[in-house]
Amino acid sequence: MSAPLAIEDIERRLRERRYIGDRALATSIFLALQLQKPLFIEGEAGVGKTEAAKVMADVLGARLIRLQCYEGIDLAHAVYEWNYPRQLLHIRLMGEGEDRKVAEREIFSSEFLLRRPLLDAIDNDDATPPVLLIDEIDRSDEEFEAFLLELLSDFQVSIPEIGTIKARQVPFVVITSNRTREVHDALKRRCLYHWIDYPDLDKEVEIVRARAPEAADGLAREVAALVQGLRGMDLYKVPGVAETLDWARSLAALGATHIDSNLVNATMGAALKYQEDLERVREQVPALVDKAQRA
Amino acid sequence: MPSESVDLLPRLGAFARLLHDAGLEAGPRRLTDATRALGVIDLKQQGDFRNALRSVFVSRKEDLPTFEAAFDIFWAPPDPRASAGVIPGRSRALPLSPERAKAWANALGLNASQMNREQNPTEFPARSSGYSAEELLRHKDFEEMTWAETEQVRRLLEQAPWRVGERRTRRLRAARSGRIDLRRSARHAIRSSGELMALFHRKPRVRRRPLVLICDVSGSMERYSRLLMIFAHAIARREDLEAFVFSTRLTRITRLLRQRDLDRALDSVSKGVRDFSGGTRIGDAIGDFNRHWARRVLGHGAVVIIISDGWDRGDPAQLSAELIHLRRSAHRLIWLNPLLGSEGYEPLTRGMAAALPYCDDFLAAHNVEALDDLGRLLASLPPSRGRSRGASRASLTGLSRKVAPREAAGRMGTDG
Repeated sequence: MSAPLAIEDIERRLRERRYIGDRALATSIFLALQLQKPLFIEGEAGVGKTEAAKVMADVLGARLIRLQCYEGIDLAHAVYEWNYPRQLLHIRLMGEGEDRKVAEREIFSSEFLLRRPLLDAIDNDDATPPVLLIDEIDRSDEEFEAFLLELLSDFQVSIPEIGTIKARQVPFVVITSNRTREVHDALKRRCLYHWIDYPDLDKEVEIVRARAPEAADGLAREVAALVQGLRGMDLYKVPGVAETLDWARSLAALGATHIDSNLVNATMGAALKYQEDLERVREQVPALVDKAQRA
Repeated sequence: MPSESVDLLPRLGAFARLLHDAGLEAGPRRLTDATRALGVIDLKQQGDFRNALRSVFVSRKEDLPTFEAAFDIFWAPPDPRASAGVIPGRSRALPLSPERAKAWANALGLNASQMNREQNPTEFPARSSGYSAEELLRHKDFEEMTWAETEQVRRLLEQAPWRVGERRTRRLRAARSGRIDLRRSARHAIRSSGELMALFHRKPRVRRRPLVLICDVSGSMERYSRLLMIFAHAIARREDLEAFVFSTRLTRITRLLRQRDLDRALDSVSKGVRDFSGGTRIGDAIGDFNRHWARRVLGHGAVVIIISDGWDRGDPAQLSAELIHLRRSAHRLIWLNPLLGSEGYEPLTRGMAAALPYCDDFLAAHNVEALDDLGRLLASLPPSRGRSRGASRASLTGLSRKVAPREAAGRMGTDG
């Protein structure tokens, strides 16, 4: 890495890449880089957790390596796997005797290794340490968390046939969670923590302008205000910033420059994903629109 | 705010102790990290100083308000607006025991009220505002509840032999039959010159289903509360349990129940729950659960158990709507009603009538035997969702006392 970035630099560069974060996030990123610790980002769905990691990779000029977690994810999917079909083919092409002994050694070399994201993040020759995004860790299970705990403490992986591979440079690790379950404290303790909250109105307007520039200024503000109003309602699934952006883009695509009740009714599905929520909101659309227009 | 880094380290240590006393994890590792963090930021930037300490010492959202309050108390000069509670989120209420609060107040030169301001009823969310007159916010002491047989009961509950049924996970393990394990088979074949001599298999591993307990502790349930909490504590020790209690508000007590010692656990529950024995609004409580907790705790095929007598002062239509939603996201929805144990009881209360059609099972919960029945039911849950949920509901046999929900609902017409 070149000269270390100051908090101001991170804040500015995020903004330049149209990621509207705040000083607290920039500070957490700064510390994670300085202390070489993983950054654990939590927040509701659609507040820009994954995006933060992606943009950071761009800021650092580093490669983004992403591991999407799911229930049952195991080492074969996360770290490495031997390319069995190739190995079998190779060994069958060899004859008996000495050739075979050589072949047996050959097939457990890196040529036959399928490198998955975690191995890639540890074993690489990138000029800049890569950004490793471990996305939605709450979807994985305890076994995987335990493995990750080990990996994140010494940044090495052992492959029985090859040996231990140790990271020559520590990747910048970002772990995200939607909190669909509590991640174990031991893992969190290894990380710096940052909670991303829903933005306030002004910040959300700024985000819409930055990321959905096709929406007219008036529209951007009204949609953001509308979503802010929805967040105050008692809903099953409160819309995130991602939904605000979808909504603003939908309305812009319809050529709208301002909202009205009909438009809102027609496009509400961009923000609300439960039938019960749609019904509840539908009754109050005129009032919500009125409030949003005055915001 | 620190100006000289010379005296910062001891103060940082003291701050970590304050966080620790307030329930945050602030061990040596974090203290080391905090020291390193403060070494790389500009200490003159007040905001950065706070942000840095936050990202080191906090690792869950629930701890954020405690951190902010502790930071304000410890590092910030006293702000009259904050101690008057004018600035929301800047209240100085820290979850400290009275002795610790006093000790800290002395150490920091504050008076104890600035340290651990009692919550007052107006701070509760608007949700319960129309009801706050009846919301009896008091610390009900468990000691006052019948104590005589509880020791015996506790032992019985802790030794109950049942375990919750298992579910299939997506993680695979080696097995004699099932899907072909390509990796092991190929591995083996390589050892025998690439000849596929044996096939290995694997199949999904099974895990115990998580349990979610939502327990009514309102006035009408008072007689059962202590026993049911003992029950919850007993399950929490061996199962994957998320527990909530409600009267007018829903409170999560999972972490409180994790303490090994029962009396200490019960003590923290009674301290942590401020509306024991208040009125009941079941629909609100379930709605609160649906909106704020369901996504977090209903993964992995959870079984939801609601314990309540169904005496509800809320709107039955709302209760029905919330239960429909809840049932969709739970593997199984079980309602335990202590009143079901009394002779001649028919579930005629409005709340019960609204709830019954949406519950998979409706069981008694008035004595240990009834809880054993529940245990047997939980143990018998199949690894994957049954083909017909409706059928299994009416066909529960071998349970000492039960009402098939649909049938009971059919018999009801009037309000109880």
